[in-house]
Amino acid sequence: MEAASGRRIRVLVAKLGLDAHDRGAKVVARAYRDAGFEVIYTGLYQRPEAVAAAAIQEDVDVVAVSSLAGAHGVLIPQLIQLLREQGVDDVLILAGGIIPEDEVPALLEAGVSRVFGPGSDLEEIIEYTRENVKR
Amino acid sequence: MKPEDRAAELFARLRSGDRRALARAITWIENGAEEATALLRLVYPLTGRAHVVGITGPPGAGKSTLVDRLASEQRARGRTVAIVAVDPTSPFSGGAILGDRIRMQRTLTDPGVFMRSLAARGHLGGLSPATGEVVSVLDAFGFDVILVETVGTGQSEVEIMALAHTTCVVVVPGLGDEIQAIKAGILEIGDVFVCNKADRDGADRTVNEIEMMLDLGHMGQPGINRWPAEPAEGGGAQSPAAGAALPPGADAALRRLDRTGHHSAADLARAAGYMTRAAVHAAERHGTANPGDISWRPPVLKTVAKDGQGVEAVVDRLDEHLTFLRETGRWEARREKDAALRLQELVGQRAARATLDRARAAGDLELLVRQVAERRLDPYTAADEILRNHWGR
Repeated sequence: MEAASGRRIRVLVAKLGLDAHDRGAKVVARAYRDAGFEVIYTGLYQRPEAVAAAAIQEDVDVVAVSSLAGAHGVLIPQLIQLLREQGVDDVLILAGGIIPEDEVPALLEAGVSRVFGPGSDLEEIIEYTRENVKR
Repeated sequence: MKPEDRAAELFARLRSGDRRALARAITWIENGAEEATALLRLVYPLTGRAHVVGITGPPGAGKSTLVDRLASEQRARGRTVAIVAVDPTSPFSGGAILGDRIRMQRTLTDPGVFMRSLAARGHLGGLSPATGEVVSVLDAFGFDVILVETVGTGQSEVEIMALAHTTCVVVVPGLGDEIQAIKAGILEIGDVFVCNKADRDGADRTVNEIEMMLDLGHMGQPGINRWPAEPAEGGGAQSPAAGAALPPGADAALRRLDRTGHHSAADLARAAGYMTRAAVHAAERHGTANPGDISWRPPVLKTVAKDGQGVEAVVDRLDEHLTFLRETGRWEARREKDAALRLQELVGQRAARATLDRARAAGDLELLVRQVAERRLDPYTAADEILRNHWGR
C-alpha cells in the first residue's frame, strides 16, 4: 500500500519482576487505546532485558512501567540502562503505581520523565504523554 | 537530509544487522512515511528468500501460543525467525491494544528472533495494510522464516494466502463454530490444518470433520490424491513412488492403510504428507506425470501448544510444504505471479492518483462528480471522459 496511514504514538505498557498486579496497567493501557494510541502490553513478570527488547523491536515512543511490588528502584534503572546501552535515547519513560514519594527523585535521576501515583487522572497521563513524546 | 538519503542511511544500518534500524524501517512503512518507498526500493533485491508462513484462525484458538512454540522449534532447527502479529484497531478511537507478546515469552530475548506487533489500522481482511511491505523488510534483513499471525476473526483472512507461501489454519475442538468458518472459505486457504487444544473433548471429531471436508475437495484430482483410491496394479501397498526413498514411518503408515482397508484420519493425513516428496521423485523418474500436476492434500494435525505437544510435527509439515512448492515448480510460479500482481497494483494506484490529480486541477473532476450525483451523467461515461482527457499525459 502506498497510501499514507499516518503516524500513531506507540506505547509499551510493562510489568517488571515479581509483581502480580496488573489491573492498573490494564486500565492505563485501555485509556491509551481509547485516546488513539497503539499499546503493546508485555504481560506480567518481565525481566528488564525482555522489556528493553520489546521496546526496541516494537519501536515505541513511550515505555510506561507499572510497579506495585517495590522493586522499581532497581528494575526501572536497569531497564533504562539497557536501553541506553543499545542506543535508545528517544523514548519517553514513565512510571506509575505504588511508588513512595521519597523514591521518586532517584527514578527521575535515573531517567524516568514522570511518576504517576495512585489516583492519577487518566486524562492527565495521556495529555502528558502526548506533549512529551520525543519524536 | 532528503528522504532518499535518510532511506540510504537506514538501509546501510539494516544491512549491518542493526535491529533498531529494522524496527524503525517497519515504523516508516506503517506510517506511510515518505522515506518508506525509497527504502523499499533499496530493500527489494534482497527479498524473496524467507519462507513466509501465515497463521490464521478464530480468536482464542491459541494462534499466539502456537506461534511462540513454532518459533522455538524453528530456532532449535537452527533458523532465525521473525514474527509479525496483527491485532485489531478500535474503529472508534483508532487506538489498539496489541497483546500477542504476552503469549510469546519463550523467545523474547533470543537474538535470533524478532517480533513486531502491527495494528490492523482500519483494514479488514485480517492483515494490516503494511503487512506485505513489513514482510519484505524482514525478508531482506535475512530471517529464514517469517511467521505472520492474522487478526483472529475467522472468515476474512483470505489475504494471508496471497502473502504467505504456506498457510496454517488453527482451529479448536468443541466450538462447532469454526467448522462453519471452514465451510465458508477457510478450508481452501489452509496448507496445514492444526487442531489446537487437542487435549479437550471433541478433538478427534474436529479433526475428522476437517479430514472429510478436505477429502471431498480433493477427490478426483490428479497426482497423489488419487492414492489410495486407485492402488497400483496388482493391489497391495505399492506406492506410486516405488524406488523413491520414503521418510521414516511412511512405509508403516501406508501398509497399515492397505491392510485394514478402512483408515483412520490420522493415517490418511500422514500418508498424504509423506507421499508428496516421494510422488514428485517418482513422477520425475518415470515421467508418469508432470510434477506440476501433483497437488498438495493438506495434513490435519493435533497440538497442545501450551505444552508444546505436536509442534515438531507441525514444523515438519511446514517444511514439507516448502519442499513441495520448490520441487513442483510452484515456488517459481508464485514469484512470477506475485511480481505481476504487485506491479499491477502499483501501476493502478499511481495511474489513478495521477489521472485524478490532473482532472481535479483542471476542474473537470468536480464538474463530472456533480453531474453524476445529479444523475445527468452515468459514472461509466464520466470515467471514460476523465481517462480520455487526463490519462497518461
